[in-house]
This record gives sequence, C-alpha cells and structure tokens, in this order.
Amino acid sequence: MKYVTTFVTLLLIYLLLAGFTVNEVILGSIVSAILTIILVKYTDFRINWKFPIKLLKFLFIYIPVFIWKLILANLDVARRVLSPKIPLNPGIVKVKTELKGDLGKLTLANSITLTPGTLSIDVEDQYIFVHTVDVKGKSDVENTANIAGPFEKILGGIFD
Amino acid sequence: MTIASYVFLIIGGLFYLLGGLGVLRMPDTFNRIQAGTKATTLGAFSILIGVALANPVWSWISKIIIIIVFIIISNPIGSSAIAKATYNSKNIPDNLVQDALKERGEE
Repeated sequence: MKYVTTFVTLLLIYLLLAGFTVNEVILGSIVSAILTIILVKYTDFRINWKFPIKLLKFLFIYIPVFIWKLILANLDVARRVLSPKIPLNPGIVKVKTELKGDLGKLTLANSITLTPGTLSIDVEDQYIFVHTVDVKGKSDVENTANIAGPFEKILGGIFD
Repeated sequence: MTIASYVFLIIGGLFYLLGGLGVLRMPDTFNRIQAGTKATTLGAFSILIGVALANPVWSWISKIIIIIVFIIISNPIGSSAIAKATYNSKNIPDNLVQDALKERGEE
C-alpha cells in the first residue's frame, strides 16, 4: 500500500511537470517506479477511506482562511515597514497545540509563520515556540488563543 | 486577461519591494526574517498567478500549481530553520519583552 501511494504521488508530480502524453506516461512510470523503490523507506503516506473527505476539507476550508490570513500578514508587514518609527514589542512565546501528528504540527507551524506578526521557531512535543512582533497576551493560554486559535480548530478536523 | 496578468505582476513586485524594505528597516534578525518570509511568499504567489494568466494553457498552469505548492511548504520551513539557527547561535536581540525558549532552558 505504501508503494502504491508513493508511486502515484511521484507519477502525478512528474506528469504535472512534463505534460500528459503517452510517451511521458511511460517514461514517468519507469522513473517513478525506480524512485519508489529508493524512497519508500523514508515515506509515510497512510491513506484510508477518509482521505478524500479530508482533502476536500483541506482545500475548501483551510486554504481560503490561509490565503486571507496571508494577505492580512502582508498588509501588516507593509504597515510596519512604511511607518516612520517601526512599532515593535517583540517576544518569544510558547503556544500549546492539541494536534498529535507530525504533518498536522508542521502545517500549524507553517500557518503560524505566514500569519500576521508571528514566526514559529521551534516545535517540541506539544509546544510551538513563536516569535511575535507584538506580544499581546499576558499568559501562555491567552497567547495560544490569539496565535493558534483560528487554525487549530480547522486543522483539528483534518489531521489527527 | 492581459491586464489582469499585469495587475498581478505589479502587485507581486510591490510585495517583493516591501519585503526588501522590511529586511533593510527592521531592527533585529527575527523581525527581518518575518518581513522577508511573508512578503516573498505572497509576492511569489502573485507573480506566478500573473504568469499563469498571461498564457492560460494547461501545461503552464500545472507547473505553476506545483511551484506554488513547493513554495508554500518550503518558505516557512526555511525561515523557521534560519530562526532556530539564529537562536541557537546565541545571537539573540536584546529587545525581547519575553523569551519562552530561555525559560525552557532553565527548567
């Protein structure tokens, strides 16, 4: 099963880059098969019947929120950069996450990096250490709600 | 279509400009990384969408989707790695009002 998912992923990437013609499908299959044999021990794709639903949720609930936050983040950067005296109150805070899987934590940390005024530095067990431009909350709980809150809810429904 | 593509290209260029300004103007490493990461991610998106609109054929769009996916994954990971390396090299700015990583070391 692991072989099949790795093979399909590699072939899909190959075909998206090379184009859908008969020649490319044959060559892509050969290349993907060789790469699958080499890479399979490093990959961990576990796909079950819930996968399509999760993918749809990811595409239609998470991505729009993410893009919106990314645009907000850029306007925030623009505002800070263009103001004569840069408004800063920086600090490193600890954010607690309920997500268990590595992929979920990775997505959450990436989302935090690309949202306004935050940059994730390190992940350790259930905590993400985040550098923020403007420390608002007084306690870890408050900071968690401010920084990870909106994404945590959405990602909790998608990843374990 | 061409006009929309130009608009996206110009927006992308503007965000890159802002990112560069941010890297120049921010006072310490972490804030510079922040400005650089966000501005370049959206700037790259915008420019790639502009390129896709300039010639909307499937062979271009599919490649651009792949590029966007790789940028969305690799850009924040790269900045996190730089930030972590900055912290581990003890090159910590003195304007932090709170430092949870330091508290972790003391526990």
